[in-house]
Amino acid sequence: MASKPKPAGDVSTNGNHGQTNGGAPKISDRVPLDGLADTVGRATGEAVRLGQGLAMKGLTRVARSLESRLQADLDDRDPDYIRENLPLSWLLATIWYRAEVRNLSNVPEKGPVLLVGNHTGGNMSPETIFFTLAFSTYFGVERRFHQLAHNLVLASPLGPFLRRFGTVAASHKNALAALDAGAAVLVFPGGDWEVHRPSWQSSKIAFGGRRGFVRLALEKDVPIVPVVTIGGQETALWLDRGAWLAKLLRLDRTARLKVLPILIAPPWGLTVGDFLPRLPLPAKMTSEVLPAIHLREQFGDDPDIDEVYEYVTGAMQETLDGLAAERRFPVIG
Amino acid sequence: MRLSECVVVSAPPQAVWNYLADLDNYLHFLSGVTRWDSEGDVPSGLGARRRMLIKVGSAEVGGLIEMVEWDEPNDMAWSSVTGIDQRGRFRLRPTGTKSTKVEFRYQYGVAGGGITGWLSEQVSAPSLSKHLRLSLQQLKRVVESEKLRPSTAKRRSEPAEA
Repeated sequence: MASKPKPAGDVSTNGNHGQTNGGAPKISDRVPLDGLADTVGRATGEAVRLGQGLAMKGLTRVARSLESRLQADLDDRDPDYIRENLPLSWLLATIWYRAEVRNLSNVPEKGPVLLVGNHTGGNMSPETIFFTLAFSTYFGVERRFHQLAHNLVLASPLGPFLRRFGTVAASHKNALAALDAGAAVLVFPGGDWEVHRPSWQSSKIAFGGRRGFVRLALEKDVPIVPVVTIGGQETALWLDRGAWLAKLLRLDRTARLKVLPILIAPPWGLTVGDFLPRLPLPAKMTSEVLPAIHLREQFGDDPDIDEVYEYVTGAMQETLDGLAAERRFPVIG
Repeated sequence: MRLSECVVVSAPPQAVWNYLADLDNYLHFLSGVTRWDSEGDVPSGLGARRRMLIKVGSAEVGGLIEMVEWDEPNDMAWSSVTGIDQRGRFRLRPTGTKSTKVEFRYQYGVAGGGITGWLSEQVSAPSLSKHLRLSLQQLKRVVESEKLRPSTAKRRSEPAEA
């Protein structure tokens, strides 16, 4: 808000402009335009200060908002909200993606469980939507189900919506809290590395050697249930992960981004980053749930993490090969 | 959304009822049903509960249902306890001396309402109608073959006795 302009010729003693120290011109010596310049200068100075103040307040608010969005408050999950929004998810999954989730009965009926999925479809990740739908309708919205997502996903405008669906920021601590609460927890160890893999690597499990999920399952002694999905990499044409670009821009250090994908996606055409909302191609999506793996029953009291990792990714790759063999055409399925 | 389909079965109402009254039979004739597990202590009759799921589009939907009407051999109905709001009914009425008109009514509604809820109901209706129709056809086949079973068994046993 600019202050009420003083009459031309008035001299201010405040602000950066119109200082009256020393040899400042006397009022009688000044022409009207000098006063105008003084008034404008004062107003500008105040506007700048005001702008700085607002910017600081805005930044603080954004920072607080981001901080609160990234905190894992499991109570943010709202079963009633999920139930009310299932029709939208169902329409999207049924009409747009012709999605299919097989063998959900492989998920243990009760208790905490770690669902380990291969990540597809870029930042929009359609399998998260339809798997949450399938899980919620199969077991009921009453069963606690959380999904771990990248900080940037939760910080996006979709964040509040996702949190009510049970999504929390991907971290070991949050996963432990969710499992302690007796929830089924869906993790994507491949993260951004896998979700932005080139489209021609659609039928490849790419966890990038991330073994945290095995440690997590061992720590809480919960079964691992692999979930294998195909089709997401056909919702756009991913050309390159852009790992070199992320490194060049130092995003790996500043934003935990290992990749900055380069893709062709409607309506933008060639895009870098996959940050803008885009129209995903209506690719047929299929997910298959594999039988639960009880680590200590299968690998002994002190399982070798590398061995378990190889076993899980091997089983998932085998299933993904089978799903890929079923597909006759890209997008159509 | 209310759906209704009917079929005429060549068997008296009691024969149809006897088959329907055993809830364990439902997995054999209900089309699209992927789960039909008993819950609670009442296996059949009024108050019997089942956890059921039916494949509709991309999801298996359903929930816990409870038998809320049991009027032998005329009407039985169930209502949802959890999951999607649903109400199902088998209505048996004699047509002539040896046949029964079986009507399968199914009423359901998605939570939340609004445009997406309305659209979901419209989109899912044809698929569910088809399930109802196939279920009744299968019921007719099973009950009629059950009815014929004693006479077939008797006919088969006759040459052996002779």
